Amino acid sequence: MASFLVLVDHDEGSPKKVSNQIVTAARKKCGGDVAVVLMGKGAGAGAERLGAYGAARAYVWEGSEVDEYATEPAVAGLVAAIEASSATTVLYPADPFLTDVVARTAVRTGGGVVTDVVDLDLDGDEVVGTKPIFGGAMISRCKVRAGRPAFYGVAANAFPAEESGGSAPEIVTLEVSLDETATRARVVDVVEQSSGDRPEMTEAGIIVAGGRGLGDAEGFRLVEELADVLGGAVGASRAATDAGWYPHQHQIGQTGKTVAPQLYLGVGISGAIQHRAGMQTAQTIVVINKDGEAPIFSIADFGVVGDLHKVIPPLIEELKARQQ
Amino acid sequence: MRIICPVKRVPDTAADKKIDPSDNTVDRDASDPVLNANDEWSIEEAMRIKERDGAEVIVLCVGPDSAKTTIRKALSYGLDGAIQVTDDAVAGSDAKAIARILAAALADEAYDLVIMGNQSSDARTMLVPAMLAEYLGVPALTYAKRLELSDGHATVDRETPGGHQTVTAPLPAVVSVVEAINEPRYPSFKGIMAAKKKPLETKDLAGIGVEAGEVGLANSSTQVLEITPRPPKQAGDKVADDGSGTVGAKALADFLAAQKLI
Repeated sequence: MASFLVLVDHDEGSPKKVSNQIVTAARKKCGGDVAVVLMGKGAGAGAERLGAYGAARAYVWEGSEVDEYATEPAVAGLVAAIEASSATTVLYPADPFLTDVVARTAVRTGGGVVTDVVDLDLDGDEVVGTKPIFGGAMISRCKVRAGRPAFYGVAANAFPAEESGGSAPEIVTLEVSLDETATRARVVDVVEQSSGDRPEMTEAGIIVAGGRGLGDAEGFRLVEELADVLGGAVGASRAATDAGWYPHQHQIGQTGKTVAPQLYLGVGISGAIQHRAGMQTAQTIVVINKDGEAPIFSIADFGVVGDLHKVIPPLIEELKARQQ
Repeated sequence: MRIICPVKRVPDTAADKKIDPSDNTVDRDASDPVLNANDEWSIEEAMRIKERDGAEVIVLCVGPDSAKTTIRKALSYGLDGAIQVTDDAVAGSDAKAIARILAAALADEAYDLVIMGNQSSDARTMLVPAMLAEYLGVPALTYAKRLELSDGHATVDRETPGGHQTVTAPLPAVVSVVEAINEPRYPSFKGIMAAKKKPLETKDLAGIGVEAGEVGLANSSTQVLEITPRPPKQAGDKVADDGSGTVGAKALADFLAAQKLI
């Protein structure tokens, strides 16, 4: 039987939504004994919170190096957790920074990595991941070959987060020793623009994305307002980020992020193949575009052919009215 | 300063992909392959360093003989030379096996900086920069939207969901870049002509000290069991707004409510 260790992403002790989803999936797939590993500031407090989703045991290392240096202290911590837990399979959120940690760990431990899975099948000792490839044009089933540590990156929103009624996990404090190479890449500054209560795009259940049709940066105010009414995040097409209307980290598509929310609402986006490659596995796709022939309509579950500047303001009012 | 630019030959995103059902690999000759778009940003950044501080910039590419077109394309931006690793035993290698090959190809090369796109547009695993750094035993500064070199250190702004993290590390280092780092130039006619005459060194696996049994389809750490086309999505209802906005707004809100999305 495969034993899972979940590498948890957390903000100073608050596990991210995707971590709760992965712990839930691990518990359901393996029938109970889920181990988690948390590192950095607030790791212990975060571990306590994951008991509610089914974490039975938590490997914790609160070393300040995890937050002071990029990647490599976390690699040492993850290696220590794999050894301590005897886990055969590590699940991790498919996040860029954690992907770096896993990439180095896989090389160091002789393991293999399958990224961005949306489903996991367990067959005895064997874990098989399902992932969309080529921007969702095809589906691949793949696995890490037997006899080595297996790492599977799990996409946000691939699984629901469900509480198990479990209590706080058993906490195991990791002993991690770092050699001098672990502290070469020093974090000297962190700059975060506050976006209020708006969720992060890569793990949001709802994304409102804007494109060229918005006309200018000011148009993104409408997108933000609509996103806030829906409790969603804001995304952008490459045309919009290239024009400087919205920050690049919000770009969806081939040269940006891949997202698969429950609802993608695209406004003023024509839907070039490069954009569709980043969003077409969204569960429900809704679009507003004045060009009824735009390719985005071919993958939309519902579309409005109209001027987004005319449609969005009454849509915001309509949604507010229905929320009351 | 000597800079290595690893590049990848990828199928065009817009082209229909063909899978070889016998081994679940992509038929890379089914459509015209192109230089990975993300590698144009790393090439541009290397060229800016070359023009500002002076540097020798070398392309590194793992791929079959036909990948020479991709290498010449990369050289046309003004880079100085190329190393190509080509060997039938490479076919079907996963990201980790490719990182292993790239690292082996650099074992006898002098370099201060390895700079590459953060991901390829086909596989999109984002694994190779960090794996390559691990094999090389050097720090990795990934997802850079700004790169600065001074006093033997590289400093980057690493893109985060809400901004960035500034990280600094001593050279040599691997840097991966995102699109926000620069606006790539177009190759000049002179550059395209000059690319044909730039030195291109070709090596096989034995030439870089890698055993055929360490890489390739059968020896990679991961295995593709099956690839199936995703059923094409059916277009749903389309409602034309009457110009007032309210008709479209109401129809859209009704749809969201019916789907229990609000």
